[in-house]
Amino acid sequence: MSMVEVADYRSDAENQWCPGCPNFGILTALKRALVALAKKPEELCLVSGIGQAAKLPHYLKCNFFNGLHGRALPIATAINIVNPELTTVVVTGDGDCYGEGGNHFLHTFRRNPNITLIVHNNQIYGLTKGQASPTTDSGDKTRLQFEGVEIAPLQPLTLALLHGCPFVARGYAGEINHLSDLFVEALRFKGFSYVDVIQPCITWGTHPASWYKERIYKLPPDYNPHHKEEALRRAAEGGDRIPIGILYRDDKPQKLFGDYFRAKIYDGKLTELGFPQQQTIAELIDGFRTHKLEQSKGRKEVIV
Amino acid sequence: MIDITILVSGAAGQGIQTIGDILARTTSGAGYYVFSWQDYESRIRGGSNSYWVRVSESAANCPVVKADVFLPLDTKSKEKYRPLLKEDGILVDEAETGDRVITVPFVSIAQKEFGNKLFANTVAAGALTAVLGIELEALNAVILDEFSRKGEDVVNTNLAAAAAGYTLAKKRCEGICPWILPSRTHKQYLIAGNEALALGAAAAGCRFIAAYPMTPSTGIITFLAKHKERLKIFTEQAEDEIAAINMAIGASYAGVRAMTATSGGGFALMVEGISLAGMTETPVVIVLGQRPGPATGLPTRTEQGDLLFAINADHGEFPKLVFAPSDPHDAFQKVVRAFNLADKYQTPAILLTDQFFADSQFTFEDFARDEVVNQSYLANPNDKGEDYKRYHLTETGISPRLYPGQSQHLVCCDSDEHDEDGHITEDLALRNRMVEKRLKKFELLRAEIQPPEENNSTDAEDVFVSWGSSRNAVFEAVNMLRENDAKVGAVHFTELWPLPLYAFSSEKNYHMVESNATGQLGRLLRGEYSLKVTSTIARYDGLPLDHEYIMEMFV
Repeated sequence: MSMVEVADYRSDAENQWCPGCPNFGILTALKRALVALAKKPEELCLVSGIGQAAKLPHYLKCNFFNGLHGRALPIATAINIVNPELTTVVVTGDGDCYGEGGNHFLHTFRRNPNITLIVHNNQIYGLTKGQASPTTDSGDKTRLQFEGVEIAPLQPLTLALLHGCPFVARGYAGEINHLSDLFVEALRFKGFSYVDVIQPCITWGTHPASWYKERIYKLPPDYNPHHKEEALRRAAEGGDRIPIGILYRDDKPQKLFGDYFRAKIYDGKLTELGFPQQQTIAELIDGFRTHKLEQSKGRKEVIV
Repeated sequence: MIDITILVSGAAGQGIQTIGDILARTTSGAGYYVFSWQDYESRIRGGSNSYWVRVSESAANCPVVKADVFLPLDTKSKEKYRPLLKEDGILVDEAETGDRVITVPFVSIAQKEFGNKLFANTVAAGALTAVLGIELEALNAVILDEFSRKGEDVVNTNLAAAAAGYTLAKKRCEGICPWILPSRTHKQYLIAGNEALALGAAAAGCRFIAAYPMTPSTGIITFLAKHKERLKIFTEQAEDEIAAINMAIGASYAGVRAMTATSGGGFALMVEGISLAGMTETPVVIVLGQRPGPATGLPTRTEQGDLLFAINADHGEFPKLVFAPSDPHDAFQKVVRAFNLADKYQTPAILLTDQFFADSQFTFEDFARDEVVNQSYLANPNDKGEDYKRYHLTETGISPRLYPGQSQHLVCCDSDEHDEDGHITEDLALRNRMVEKRLKKFELLRAEIQPPEENNSTDAEDVFVSWGSSRNAVFEAVNMLRENDAKVGAVHFTELWPLPLYAFSSEKNYHMVESNATGQLGRLLRGEYSLKVTSTIARYDGLPLDHEYIMEMFV
């Protein structure tokens, strides 16, 4: 018996998503995963930016910081350093994470903080009403790229794999149980775990949900998620076939962001440190005293 | 009255920093007031840079433009800076001979006697010590301190090199060098602006700094990183300034004091983050070390060109604190104050410094002697019952702040307009209440602001109005002008936003003295207080204000 139930995550905030949006499926999958892990709302901290996906923290009872467009990852990275005991999860969209926050996306792979990144990837800008996102396919016509998108889409999974992300998965908002299992694995993982969730936009999407349904396939049971080359090959599949599942996971102990600090300086919540001993500061300040003539007196014999 | 200025010049990478630092510490160690400042180009090697050391019997802590002693390390910088040597000044040179020249072939001595031209810097420091009439022991103490990590051999060779330069210069000084500076027993501190800022942050209990390297503020995170074990502070070089301020905000939300440091261009990138801190009511401290703009400008020089930018660095309206410390002693206190007030009012605080302040070393007889009072303004989670609201509407506008994971209470923050629970709202009546809540804090903050510092302003007919790092130069100009019976005074601002209440007199002439072209404080005071500005003494060539410049422009 789990100590936590789905009802514990019920939020009273009014939901602003379009009726029927696959975002609801992602929310359900996340709640189920949290219940499966018996994670209490106060143990969880969701961090988001701007966009429809970034509103998710309001619809799930927990600690949250709903910040600026694209900036969730640096906020979450710092929260994880200050309080490693919190389960810190970034909830974001393709425009938020891959466009506005692209630089942070890249550098978070390098840091490898112990947080989870969930990207609602609907391949379109929803909240600003239908412009191309970094993952919109070339040629797709949008409400701004009238003649079709001229530039190539970003390959976020490939980027993640090439930059050493130790847990790379893709889910589909229409496969709620499968997605929930992915979230469980991602949340359990010690290291930076990343789940890109295909989420057809029912209002502005360049493809109908049926288009995705025809192309999505689950990675076969004998798929080995420890082979990076195979993961790269699957990540590069596009168009006709979209694999879902854990593409790659590195189960070796991870070198995590903040390891040096925790090993050599302080292992715990930084909030427990309180205010500093002023004696420590006084000693440092004393290093700026320059009247040290006395010191040289004993050394006069070496002076030529 | 001893007041000697020594100028060392050379190409970047030649070692003027080493000679300058050693000389500053030697003269300071001998018990004199030392003020050092630097003028350098934005390059790693080459160019012409200078390092100035002013040595005086009483506190000066500001620059002068003419040198009494000049030691060039190359011909290019010798030509550039020679006009800044006083007519009766003394040249200390490798090869040149003449009436007012002390010839010390430091490079060839280093090579011939010590087998490596690297020791030329120590030979030169020895020569300068002799020229100033300082005991060699004062220099030896610095050498011991500086090189003891590198082993006995390095120490001994440097001591010998110093003695060689000292002995030769001493001989040549006869009849030329007028100074004798016997060692005094003054206990004093020699400290640069950035060091004081970093120490102040540490004393305030800052546990997290994220920054992107940018001159002149890089020294702050560097200092804290160097001492992180002792101070238990987490330091991170962010991928850009946007990440830096968001990390600091994230750390603060998670419950610790956090900061970032940058210069104008990086600060421009941080502006959306400042607004985020204002809206989410998350305390954060930001150091803005100014340098001349616009854009990349003169990246290694000084300016006070970002005052109005700092005050207006936001989209939307919320309370914000802007301090501009006058010197390291003031800065140490101001950083602690900034952290306390940012916490108390749950809002961003900006410390406005500049390259001149950041890199210059100042002398203080005592430093940070007042006890640092840190106050926690976090709420007690046990007081909150079942129904905790992060943005609870209170009488003062200050809501109880908890951090996530502190207790059962959920801490929910939003950059959108939000209700008391932190959830997005489109209730426009509530929007009004939330705007008013945030602005109420501004009035309370204003009541905390310290008034400007006055200097002889009561009887003065002409009053200089200045801010930030120019304090000592302005006050020195006031003192000099008053010696010539000019009825001059000064009003100096270090706490700039909210603007402190100050009664300007309609009987006096107010002259703005600012390191910028448009007189930004003047514009602010005109707008807020309808101050009638008589004239503006502006400096925007990238060099610091000094009393001679101010006196020359004040006619």
